[in-house]
Amino acid sequence: MNWTKKDLLEIKKLTKEEILLILETAESFKEISLREIKKVPTLRGKTIITLFYEPSTRTRTSFEIAAKRLSADTINISANTSSYVKGETLKDTGKNLESMKPDVIVIRHSMPGAPHMLARTLKSSIINAGDGAHEHPTQALLDLFTIKEKKGRIDGLKVAIIGDIIHSRVARSNIFALKQFNTEVVCCGPATMIPPHMEKLGVKVEYDINKAVIDADVIMMLRIQKERGGVSYIPSIREYACLYGLKKTHLEKAKKDVIVMHPGPMNRGIEISDEVADGEYSVILDQVENGVAVRMAILYLLTGREQ
Amino acid sequence: MKILIKKGRVIDPKNNTDDILDIYINGAVIEKIGKNIKEKGDEDAIINASGHIVAPGFIDIHTHLREPGYEYKETIKTGTLAAAKGGFTSVVCMANTDPVNDNKSVTEFILKKARMEGSCRVFPCGAITKGLKGEELSEIGEMFDAGIVAISDDGKTVKHSGLLRKALEYSKIFNIPVISHCEDTDLSQGFVNEGMASLLSGLDAVPSIAEELIVQRDIMIAEYVKAYIHLTHISTAGSVEIVALTKKRYSNISCDTCPHYFTLTEEATLNFDTNTKVNPPLRSEKDVEVIKEGLKNGTIDIISTDHAPHDLTSKDVEFNLASSGISGLETALGLSLKLVHDGVLSLSELIKKFTVNPARLLKLPYGELGEGKTADLIVFNPDMEWIVDKNLFLSKGKNTPFHGWRLKGKNLLTIVDGRIVYREGTI
Repeated sequence: MNWTKKDLLEIKKLTKEEILLILETAESFKEISLREIKKVPTLRGKTIITLFYEPSTRTRTSFEIAAKRLSADTINISANTSSYVKGETLKDTGKNLESMKPDVIVIRHSMPGAPHMLARTLKSSIINAGDGAHEHPTQALLDLFTIKEKKGRIDGLKVAIIGDIIHSRVARSNIFALKQFNTEVVCCGPATMIPPHMEKLGVKVEYDINKAVIDADVIMMLRIQKERGGVSYIPSIREYACLYGLKKTHLEKAKKDVIVMHPGPMNRGIEISDEVADGEYSVILDQVENGVAVRMAILYLLTGREQ
Repeated sequence: MKILIKKGRVIDPKNNTDDILDIYINGAVIEKIGKNIKEKGDEDAIINASGHIVAPGFIDIHTHLREPGYEYKETIKTGTLAAAKGGFTSVVCMANTDPVNDNKSVTEFILKKARMEGSCRVFPCGAITKGLKGEELSEIGEMFDAGIVAISDDGKTVKHSGLLRKALEYSKIFNIPVISHCEDTDLSQGFVNEGMASLLSGLDAVPSIAEELIVQRDIMIAEYVKAYIHLTHISTAGSVEIVALTKKRYSNISCDTCPHYFTLTEEATLNFDTNTKVNPPLRSEKDVEVIKEGLKNGTIDIISTDHAPHDLTSKDVEFNLASSGISGLETALGLSLKLVHDGVLSLSELIKKFTVNPARLLKLPYGELGEGKTADLIVFNPDMEWIVDKNLFLSKGKNTPFHGWRLKGKNLLTIVDGRIVYREGTI
């Protein structure tokens, strides 16, 4: 199949075939980063802008490296250095950037739907690099890629997503992605951090982490989204760490070959203990490595789409 | 001016009229209603209403005309033009202008402007509290003398229960309704319905109980002090149930809903179209069904528009930042007639919710057709299909989620005080 979409805004609008196409394309790109000369001319002459209204280390760097390894030109804009602080609307910023003819704009924003607004307005391809608590599609895709790489399959797996679910775009995107496959997804966290009607997404809800991890093939930990008010949903960070922090003892209840994932940034000692984060089951740094390959694939597919 | 309207199907729920009749208007008054009124030859206009409905002019109890202060969103002139086009001969304008209509100078200004530039009648609604701040009562008595017909802090709930109690008690002096916007802001820190909309979009949520708690509280206080309470733009199944229960024991209560609450569900918000951002938010399918049921069984007395015009910039931003509201005067009739086409309401029942019931709430001498009565009436076709084009709105507010929709039913002629203020080319 061929890629036809102009933008990558949300996982829930992707078909299973589109997800698989991205994963397959990423597989072929992964090797480039292992070469001595980590560059191919595939996107030479393409211009990619990253427009970040929220802080980011991993995602922004990952996109930039992905673009550069494909020989695209990249420009990074962050909110505190943009005209945003001078009162320019997002739409105007987008239109102004488009006048300089970028091929792709990668946007991260604290408000859900901000990338959709740009996508409706601009001819450039828009990639959602996280919009508030809505979606973070490239994170879910790199998570799927990592699961497939480590487990050899996605179908038939039990995945426990644990933490501040209500504020998590990573949880949402991963749920939409995993439910395209034959998976069992358990969402676990304090009741205040599980949105009402969660089960309607086809997931199980579990308040007890000890039960959530039973027979899990994959455990995905999330941090408390302090920037979205997450802290007010719990009595204290200390209590949260006691009740929902992932410790080595939890892993004994999971499958023997369980993998532990985290989209980062980690808060060690809160949602994840050092021994788990750095332990043999952790694939957290593999996720980061795979992020580059997945983003290379997405940039490649979007810029080379059939018009 | 003398106008003869011939052969229309005259529906006047107040007087139980539903017949093919002629209406002769002389000056501001309906002089005669009857079969085959003969032309006298001195008529300024003869309208052939054959195949159309002739009804009392609609009364919108919930409109935002934005003047004074937000003339870039709407003016009394453009808002009343939109009203006339939509089939409304009277509108109640809410107090959240700048300055707020919390004193008689603003009330007088609005009424003066309306007399000079208005295409329909304008009845100001005064603020319950000064500056809509919820801290102290406005000078309701002075505003009443100047011409307000109700009080409301619309856009906000009077959070302080003690102050609301005083407002309800005070309203009894003037026999005007308190119109309540029901929203517990401690619970409603969001933008879309809590349910599938918030779950799928990640947008902050407004749960149904944010509305229902205040509906219940306001009813309890009103009942306690034996005052009249009107709950505006109710949107949830729970609110309908609470009102239905209350009505069994307490009669000084009424409520309204708006076309978008029985036309759209929360699903419409999923593409982040800011035109679907309203307060209260669009609700679930179940809520929409119960709202329709409430309209059918009479729990919901009135359909209002909550006409909330906005400039482009207020809507052309991120969903969180966008202003709430729909420019609703010009689509209300077409959207509401779907209730008739779908068999939820009869034509007469629908017209009642736009005429008799609002007139009764506000004690206005309009909303009916009768010999000797004021000539406020409309001629509409309930079956004529048309496509909503926001660019053709007379309102300055082009913010509608119904752009491009095919609606069945259209207003063709509006007469206010015996004057033709709107007329489609086809009639």
